[in-house]
Amino acid sequence: MSSSSVDGKDLVIKARGMGKNFGALKAIQHLDLDIERGKIYGFLGPNGCGKTTSIRMLTGLLTPTYGEVDVLGLKLPQQANQLRYHIGYMTQIFSMYRDLTVRENLSFIAKVYGIHGTTQKQRIEELLDIYNLSRLADQFAGSMSGGQRQRLALAAAVLHKPDLLFLDEPTSAVDPESRRDFWEQLFDLSESGTSILVSTHYMDEAERCHGLAILEAGIKRADGTPEALMAGMNANVIEVQSDRIRQLKEQLLQTPSVISAAQLGTRLRVLIEKDVSQPKEHLLSCLSNQEAESLTMVRPSLEDVFVTCTGEGRQ
Amino acid sequence: MNFVYRIQAIFYKELMQLKRDRMTFGMVVMIPLIQLLLFGFAINTNVRHIPVGLVDQSQTALSRILVQTVSATQVVTFTHQYASVEEAQNAISKQDVRAVFIIPADVSQRLVRHGSVGFATPPATDQETSRPIAQWLTDGSDTMIAASIKGLRNMPLAELISKSANRNTPTFEVTLLYNPEQRTVVNIVPGLVAVILTMTMIMFTSAAIVREREQGNLELLINTPLKSIELMLGKIIPYIFIGLIQVTLILSLGYFIFHVPINGSMLALAGITLLFISSSLVLGLVISTIAKNQLQSMQMTVFVLLPSILLSGFMFPYEGMPRVAQIIAEALPATHFMRLIRGVALRDVEVLTMTFDLYWLAGFTLFGLLLAALRFKKRLD
Ligand SMILES: Nc1ncnc2c1ncn2[C@@H]1O[C@H](COP(=O)(O)OP(=O)(O)O)[C@@H](O)[C@H]1O
Ligand SMILES: [Mg+2]
Repeated sequence: MSSSSVDGKDLVIKARGMGKNFGALKAIQHLDLDIERGKIYGFLGPNGCGKTTSIRMLTGLLTPTYGEVDVLGLKLPQQANQLRYHIGYMTQIFSMYRDLTVRENLSFIAKVYGIHGTTQKQRIEELLDIYNLSRLADQFAGSMSGGQRQRLALAAAVLHKPDLLFLDEPTSAVDPESRRDFWEQLFDLSESGTSILVSTHYMDEAERCHGLAILEAGIKRADGTPEALMAGMNANVIEVQSDRIRQLKEQLLQTPSVISAAQLGTRLRVLIEKDVSQPKEHLLSCLSNQEAESLTMVRPSLEDVFVTCTGEGRQ
Repeated sequence: MNFVYRIQAIFYKELMQLKRDRMTFGMVVMIPLIQLLLFGFAINTNVRHIPVGLVDQSQTALSRILVQTVSATQVVTFTHQYASVEEAQNAISKQDVRAVFIIPADVSQRLVRHGSVGFATPPATDQETSRPIAQWLTDGSDTMIAASIKGLRNMPLAELISKSANRNTPTFEVTLLYNPEQRTVVNIVPGLVAVILTMTMIMFTSAAIVREREQGNLELLINTPLKSIELMLGKIIPYIFIGLIQVTLILSLGYFIFHVPINGSMLALAGITLLFISSSLVLGLVISTIAKNQLQSMQMTVFVLLPSILLSGFMFPYEGMPRVAQIIAEALPATHFMRLIRGVALRDVEVLTMTFDLYWLAGFTLFGLLLAALRFKKRLD
């Protein structure tokens, strides 16, 4: 499959100024994306920030109001039909037939992609095995648990061995253990050369991605590798240990240079602007009666990045 | 040949889903069965045993014989006696009886002077002789009942006074070419094929696309290489078989229970039925691409179904309807099929001579299929 390249990088998705309006609602505004081949790329953002809308435009299901989209070297939405054979899409809402069994669902998808006969049989057996569905093969999709449904949906999405896989909040209805297994499977797919775009609102999942875009209210606030995002964060993180955290929090939030203060048990995690040269001292000076509070500089997490760069939208 | 696999994929999926949907599956058999029995036994334009009352002001042997003669027709059954005309009128308004037979006190004089008795027809101006023998009061709001009572106006009564009757020779003679016994059911059974197929076929497919949308399967479908026209074809083919099962059921029940003959060729019958099933399924598909949810698709189905029953010629002769109704009727596949199936099944018409209706159904099917495929966008916006 062909693809575009920018600065020598092999791109599977290239979007320039992509936007979508639903009437007066600006669901996505001027989104630029460069997603490299073979990577797991994440869309991180709260509900309603436009993750599903973006994915639908990148799969050719929605026509962008403006902007240019190029997926696997194909222009969207004009060449959407050609793209179908090369992408897989796991929808946010379970979209397999609930009144068909696991095997019937997979067989249906296989036929639609023109896979039949023994090739089909082998491929389905292989998928049942990989995704641990063999025992459930004759169960109705509607009667399965969240984790089982998710595995079926993934099996269906990769059945025709797509080059590029779109996963829209794949783990939202799934317990933590299944989430871990699921990510193992994504890494296996990535290993075997499949490029993956996954949307999520979980920080820990976002942190596993090779690349990441943080979306808020239809606008991309930041992108890059999780490490780069954390390193380049526009704030320092200080944890304050105290036994009167609630008053402390009130006080700190009044201070202009403090971006946020969040309670974590008996500690307060404070984000303070990077321009402040000596953050610890600055913080101490802000506290009116300087009792025995202990302050520590800590390593930023992805959540800190998220809070820092999405702050504007909330004020 | 990939398109064959894709159509086949949809076809199997629909069959599976239909098989598991017990309710719908049951309806495939129950709708034709129950409708046929209901309509076959209930729709009867030869009205009999209408409950009527009697006001006998003469109380003579003659009046009693008169009542017996009227009863013998079986059109009416005397259920009540009333002393006065007012009382009888009240009974009609309360629907105790549908009509009242009033025999005047001077019934014997009226009878002997009446024009229907004897050989000569006296001039109509003659007050004495043009007086009727007795009178019917009936509820005119139900035209079917009123017509049956009117049919009793010209009863030959000469036998009552042992004189030979003045039976007027009719001006015209009527020869009944088909259905000589004049049984309503003969006309109804083939018509029912049209009505039941309209109902079930449109209903099945009108929900087809909407259901995929409502249950969240549409996003999966449109993201596959499946083409609109393949989806449409895959959706209608299983129901063609269902339609054929239903037709077979209706016609064989009609034959065995109601003795409705099939005079024409089976091949022609199968051909026109296939054509009509396809056009109804396609109409359902078009509805399905317009409706936003299953309730809307149901409403639109009823919107098509009612005129198909009332205007297609099933209930009333097409020729007797006003121009506007005829134009609407021409737009409905059921009207064309009604002509075709009655022609083939009852009159053994050579089907290829009914080109207008055949072309119309074929054209409707093709046009509808294209329209549905074009309306169904492989997009969410
Ligand atoms: N078809 C639509 N018509 C109108 N508004 C829509 C439509 N789809 C999404 N939206 C709106 O666009 C915004 C982004 O939605 P979505 O992409 O579903 O967010 P996410 O997937 O991140 O939760 C939301 O405000 C949502 O209400
Ligand atoms: Mg979403």
